[in-house]
Amino acid sequence: MNDFEFDRELDCRGLNCPLPVVKTKKQIDTMSTGQTLKLIASDPGSINDMNAWARRTGNEMLGHAEDSGEYIFYIKKT
Amino acid sequence: MNEKKPKRLAIIASKGTLDWAYPPFLLASTAAAMDMEVGVFFTFYGLTLLNKKIEAKVAPQTNPAMPMKLPIGTKELQNIEWPIPNILANNIPGYETMATAFMKKSFAKKGVASIDELRDICVESGVKLIACQMTMDVFGFKTSQFIDGIDVGGAATFLEFAADSDISLFI
Repeated sequence: MNDFEFDRELDCRGLNCPLPVVKTKKQIDTMSTGQTLKLIASDPGSINDMNAWARRTGNEMLGHAEDSGEYIFYIKKT
Repeated sequence: MNEKKPKRLAIIASKGTLDWAYPPFLLASTAAAMDMEVGVFFTFYGLTLLNKKIEAKVAPQTNPAMPMKLPIGTKELQNIEWPIPNILANNIPGYETMATAFMKKSFAKKGVASIDELRDICVESGVKLIACQMTMDVFGFKTSQFIDGIDVGGAATFLEFAADSDISLFI
């Protein structure tokens, strides 16, 4: 995955379900439309969960990747 | 954001043990983060989850399939599932307290939020928390012992909210 430009970064490493989702929502709420959040998580369940969250809330999952046990997501607030 | 009418989740929380305190608060906080409207109706032993201080414990004797593992020690030691017969578990004094401490420790080590944290998130994100008036009367609960910002109501209060829900769960 190519890296995306991002405006904010959220570190959810070490946190388990549902905290990455809840903290992402909290962070996204403080951002402006069009801004991008980079999320780093270590919970393997976050791949499915973050995509489900993005589909449900209508925010755009620009891309995600796994890198040695860490999951990186780029989410654009829409 | 979805401009459509928000999805709605209605939960009945009827149990007050530590393990069963997780599903309602976990699902409610996640649903709120997914822009859903959420209401949780606390009835019977679930009412204790509204107490200012949550003292929920896990009850191994009512969960015969509960894996009993150590949250501390070497990895090999932690992976052992201790075969503790129910007849013993039910009769060892302090077993419940120990199992509760182990479960809390395991959850914390895996980065799972505590019940208090999840409940705080629910309150912050506008989850409607309703205490069952009838069970409050029966068991002698007072509104003053509960956290602030909750509603009190009966079956009709919950059903009115649940009637328009997309997901309804009894826990």
